[in-house]
Amino acid sequence: MNWFLKPATERSTQCFVGVLIVALAVVCVLNLALPAANPLHVSTYTVALLGKYLCYALLAVAVDLVWGYLGILSLGHGAFFALGGYAMGMYLMRQIGDRGVYGDPVLPDFMVFLNWDHLPWYWQGFDMAGFAFLMVLLAPGLLALVFGFLAFRSRVTGVYLSIITQALTFALMLAFFRNEMGFGGNNGLTDFKELLGFPISADGTRLGLFLASGVALGLGYWLCRAIVASKLGRVCVASRDAEARVRFIGYRVERVQLFVFVVSAMLAGVAGALYVPQVGIINPSQFSPLFSIEIVVWVALGGRATLYGAVIGAILVNYAKTVFTGVMPDAWLFALGGLFVVCTVLLPRGLAGLMQWRRNASRHDERTTEATA
Amino acid sequence: MTLLRTITATLMLGCLIALGAGNALALDAASPQQAPDELRALAADSYAAKARAIKDLVASQAPRTRVWLQALLDGKLQRLEDDGRFVIVTDNRGRDWTVIDAVDDAPLGEVSRRRIDRITINNALRNQLRSAMAILDLDADDPAERLASADRLIGEVDADLAEPLAARLDAESDGDVRAKLAQALALYRLQSGDAAQIDAAIDTLSGSLNPTVRAALAQVARGDGEAAEAARQALAGIEQALRLNHAAETLYFGLSLGSVLVLAAIGLAITFGVMGVINMAHGELIMLGAYTTWMLQQLLPGQPGLALILAIPAGFLVSALVGVIIERSVIRFLKGRPLETLLATFGVSLILQQLVRTVISPLNRTVVTPEWMSGSLVVNEALSLTLNRLYVLGFALVVFAALMLVMRRTRLGLEVRAVTQNRTMARAMGIHATRVDILTFALGSGVAGLAGVALSQLTNVGPNLGQNYIIDSFMVVVFGGVGNLWGTLVAGMSLGVINQVIEPWAGAVLAKVIVLVFIILFIQKRPRGLFPQKGRAAEG
Repeated sequence: MNWFLKPATERSTQCFVGVLIVALAVVCVLNLALPAANPLHVSTYTVALLGKYLCYALLAVAVDLVWGYLGILSLGHGAFFALGGYAMGMYLMRQIGDRGVYGDPVLPDFMVFLNWDHLPWYWQGFDMAGFAFLMVLLAPGLLALVFGFLAFRSRVTGVYLSIITQALTFALMLAFFRNEMGFGGNNGLTDFKELLGFPISADGTRLGLFLASGVALGLGYWLCRAIVASKLGRVCVASRDAEARVRFIGYRVERVQLFVFVVSAMLAGVAGALYVPQVGIINPSQFSPLFSIEIVVWVALGGRATLYGAVIGAILVNYAKTVFTGVMPDAWLFALGGLFVVCTVLLPRGLAGLMQWRRNASRHDERTTEATA
Repeated sequence: MTLLRTITATLMLGCLIALGAGNALALDAASPQQAPDELRALAADSYAAKARAIKDLVASQAPRTRVWLQALLDGKLQRLEDDGRFVIVTDNRGRDWTVIDAVDDAPLGEVSRRRIDRITINNALRNQLRSAMAILDLDADDPAERLASADRLIGEVDADLAEPLAARLDAESDGDVRAKLAQALALYRLQSGDAAQIDAAIDTLSGSLNPTVRAALAQVARGDGEAAEAARQALAGIEQALRLNHAAETLYFGLSLGSVLVLAAIGLAITFGVMGVINMAHGELIMLGAYTTWMLQQLLPGQPGLALILAIPAGFLVSALVGVIIERSVIRFLKGRPLETLLATFGVSLILQQLVRTVISPLNRTVVTPEWMSGSLVVNEALSLTLNRLYVLGFALVVFAALMLVMRRTRLGLEVRAVTQNRTMARAMGIHATRVDILTFALGSGVAGLAGVALSQLTNVGPNLGQNYIIDSFMVVVFGGVGNLWGTLVAGMSLGVINQVIEPWAGAVLAKVIVLVFIILFIQKRPRGLFPQKGRAAEG
């Protein structure tokens, strides 16, 4: 466990975890202790919104782990996020029980609507929280394992990998849109009632989910830092910068890539699972290639290969999205598109790079220049 | 008296337009024409009498027989209550109907529908009318018209018709019409009960793809004896032919879908395959081509065909220009960083999409298909090819051939290949690399515009048009082998056909999913696609 404790000694991790704990505590206090009339009061709506941002941040950390440190630009991480979300959604659907519109004790409403008479085999077991939470990890993990095994073994890298990850999530989106798949088709899974016995829309549950997202983000960040700081992490960075050389030295690059890819997919799955109860719905649009590529731009804005940059990017872009889509919805895609261009052309190392550049303008690090190439 | 009544009626009906008034006067001038006997016989009381009357009318060969029969069939041959005059109703909307004289086509203005007697017919008469007219139409001068009427006769021949039809068959000169007539006759003889005739009929009918013929043969085949055996053989032959035709149809739809994929991907094969630039805005360049077509059709109302032809160069130029702007403002700063190029051009695609939404409309626009492109090419009774898809297929092949020529036979193509293989060396040889970059990118983007012009004839033109094709396009290029135009052609066409073959049993969406998964797995197996580049070009 030595490697797992290593981040505790890092300044940046201490900072990050400290800031995260303080932020969580402040939101809790502002939500619970202050009366609703107080201007500093944080409403439950805002708490749920912040919880959503934290899930996105965890997702961005997962993407940064593979893109920043492994050099694999995945345009399909939304698929892992959505799979985790669907696993959680299936559990929540089963929790509805006979409180659905049709009142069927076992079948979710959409299955009754489709005249199905029994639960498909892949829905079995999702009434147990433990099994469902395990699937949150396993479903995206397995997909990543199979996909990654095939891709890395045949050394599909770079742009090719990006394009086929995009095709993967596109194919999944089309598949999940079909009613026959048994995942609610177009409408997805929604109308959840309770989670682990707590009513899902109650203030307390919201705050609990927010805290859980914060803790998950903290742990996910910690895990990624631990991986990056370990010997394995060094191999990652080395294979990102000179894959052939690392291979010649004798490392099985594809195994390293596969391991990190699967871990990243599982983190994305956890983020999806925490996201679904907070927004109350999961549908196939979460698989859309646009969403997956949006995640990448969060990371690009924050700064690749920093992890904390991914968190900053995710929260900033999504805050901007909330504001823009509320005030002038038409302008959002212009802003997002512009962000893509500006990030890549003018800010190749993102906001984090900008801060670092200001700090050590004098001693320009050769390695980081190469890293961004 | 007649004058007074007519005028009062005209006033009463409010037919104040000059035409109507003029007619009323004309009516007055000429006393009602005596309708020919044949026509009057049609208004007999019993259906049996009417049937005889129709037969007599056909036999009489009166010049207006065809018109009357048609009007009778449509229920438009009617009789005025007032003077027993036969009229043909030309407009039966509203309370007053517009009528013309059945004998000489003279317009008679509007008459209250209450004062017109309808000559009723029943289904038996309707069938009789149709066959009678078909026989009449067999006298037409145009072989195409004769063929159509012979086609209508299939399954309609009865004992009365058989005789004149056999006579017509002997007199017929056109081969196709003869074959059709023979089929129609054979279909009748199939039921005749005479063994020799049935054998001959089955012989004639084997190889026909007409569903009526198939049903009739199936009927015979259900019995036993020699005739049934022969019918079963004929049927087996027909089924075989139908399967072949069905396969041809699937192939056609597959190639058509493939041609769309090739068109969408071929520009990408230039920018991505040859230049190595990932342009995620490629789909939006296609969209711009489609919108150019729409714009031109708005500018040239009533001339969709001309607009479409003008759209070919215009779409090319618009997309090429936008492509150059993208290249100059974004892509050139990201040389050698493909993943960043991917992200930046994706941003450009979002901006272009939103631009179209804001400036034009978020809703789909309809691009009109010119007349010469609509309809279909009928190959035989089981196979007809829609013309617009045929044109797009041809267009895709022409574009492909033109691109091949440019890349293989022109100075630009040579320079492009040189710069791609070894940029530094090419520059040392005096090639202006930046200029080549711009021109190549403009070429690839312009071809995307051409794809848009063609796509506007097949799908809805909307802001999301490009998004729907971008993943497919990349898949086609990667599947075919990057940097290989032939690979793109083969990949696009085969993916289209595969998709159409799977579709009947998997459904459209699942077929697409299966094809995508197939490509993903294929790329794992052969990362460089169907036709990997070899030699120096592969080292890039």
